[in-house]
Amino acid sequence: MSVPVLAVEQVGFNYGAKQALSEVTFSLSPGSYYALLGPNGAGKSTLFSILCQLLQPQTGSVTVNGINAAKKPRQVLKQIGMVFQQPTLDLDLSVEQNLAYHASLHGLSSAYTKQRINEELQRFALSERRKDKVRSLNGGHRRRVEIARALLHQPAILLLDEATVGLDQSTRDTINDHLRQLCSDSGITILSSTHLIDEVRPTDELIVLIKGQIQLQQRCEEAMQALQLDSVQALYRHFHQQGEQ
Amino acid sequence: MYWTCFVGVLKRELLRFWQQRSRLISALVRPLLWLVVFAAGFRAALGVAIIPPYETYITYEVYIIPGLAGVIMLFNGMQSSLSMVYDREMGSMKVLLTSPMPRPFLLVSKLLAGACISMLQVYAFFAIAWLLEVEAEPIGYLLVIPALLLTALLLGALGLLLSSFIKQLENFAGVMNFVVFPMFFLSSALYPLWKMRESSEWLYWICQFNPFTHAVELIRFALYGQFNGQAALVTGLCTLIFTSLAIWGYDPKRGMVKRKVGG
Repeated sequence: MSVPVLAVEQVGFNYGAKQALSEVTFSLSPGSYYALLGPNGAGKSTLFSILCQLLQPQTGSVTVNGINAAKKPRQVLKQIGMVFQQPTLDLDLSVEQNLAYHASLHGLSSAYTKQRINEELQRFALSERRKDKVRSLNGGHRRRVEIARALLHQPAILLLDEATVGLDQSTRDTINDHLRQLCSDSGITILSSTHLIDEVRPTDELIVLIKGQIQLQQRCEEAMQALQLDSVQALYRHFHQQGEQ
Repeated sequence: MYWTCFVGVLKRELLRFWQQRSRLISALVRPLLWLVVFAAGFRAALGVAIIPPYETYITYEVYIIPGLAGVIMLFNGMQSSLSMVYDREMGSMKVLLTSPMPRPFLLVSKLLAGACISMLQVYAFFAIAWLLEVEAEPIGYLLVIPALLLTALLLGALGLLLSSFIKQLENFAGVMNFVVFPMFFLSSALYPLWKMRESSEWLYWICQFNPFTHAVELIRFALYGQFNGQAALVTGLCTLIFTSLAIWGYDPKRGMVKRKVGG
């Protein structure tokens, strides 16, 4: 078995007396698409904050390609691309300026930045909009810019925290298609959290997080088959009820 | 790599400043009101004796120039602090904090970039004051650069420190009442401290403990080609303390932990 690109072991986190994550353990293989499914308040954003070093786990460990995040946080951050739930683009700057700012935060040279911006804008069909201020873009385009930005430094893992929330169905579908395509084309590992069940496809690797605890990590269609359930919705309902008990 | 990162942060701050040109105008309105309107009224009421660094009698307008330069930087420091709280609430702060560069380096870069914006505003103010024939010695405008930089860093660091502890944007109004106005009025920006001492001994001592007083004096002396060692020491030390506390405040082991991230 190949070395996991991300390994989360026994991670726990509390906000005061409130437990957000409890003994969370899972791992991601290179080049796969993982859907992290859980209701609001399940601990998804807390988990993502830990993965991108905004928070430190109170127990357990996170390793990326064998590098312990607590010991070498900067090495880990170089390998992670993050799209946050909240929009984080600077509305008054152009698409290109936003991307260049991110590249500078990763210390990319100006020639390489230029090349990478061109590549990512092309990939997301945004080349025409590069000089436009982000304020003038619609929600779907803004999200695409954020994903392009997260990929600029060529991370090994792309983390998306409810990246499609607030978008209409067709935009969500387009972005989800893009992401799966990205996974198969570039070999990047994607962990995308969502509470929207219709975004999970039977071929996805599924991780179910409920009340801060992992309920399942398995390929979605395999889990459905094992439990003799006919839809992702039924599968989710099954684990949701189990988690509530 | 570090240089690229610093240039990127500076460029972003300059671009944002350029996009929000009204910020420059509003930053200049306050000190210009003091210089043109209040100074006209106070000139007759307040006599300014010969005190170092001045070697002759000066007008009240000349006296308040260093203080008003300090005020521009004080308000700019608070403005950056406000925008950091806003960035944190809106999420864009996370982009900075998830960079693989060391966090202290990122925060100091942000501080230096903010200091550059502050100094641009101060020089715009000096230019308008010069047009109004309120001038310092020409060489003073050059010699004052290090003093302005240190003051801008001090006030930026204070803003950064406040932003690390202020949880919500709504709490920011308190900063104006409890930090900005006391710092401004309890300093030598608008009146010499000997005048304050004549009225109240204890207020005089509060002014002496106010780091903003020392920053203003540092600028005042530098504008006349003189170095005020005590002012430089206090300003430098306070900058160091505020910056260290702010870096501690942004440490993922504590500052952000107390905030619920949701989801």
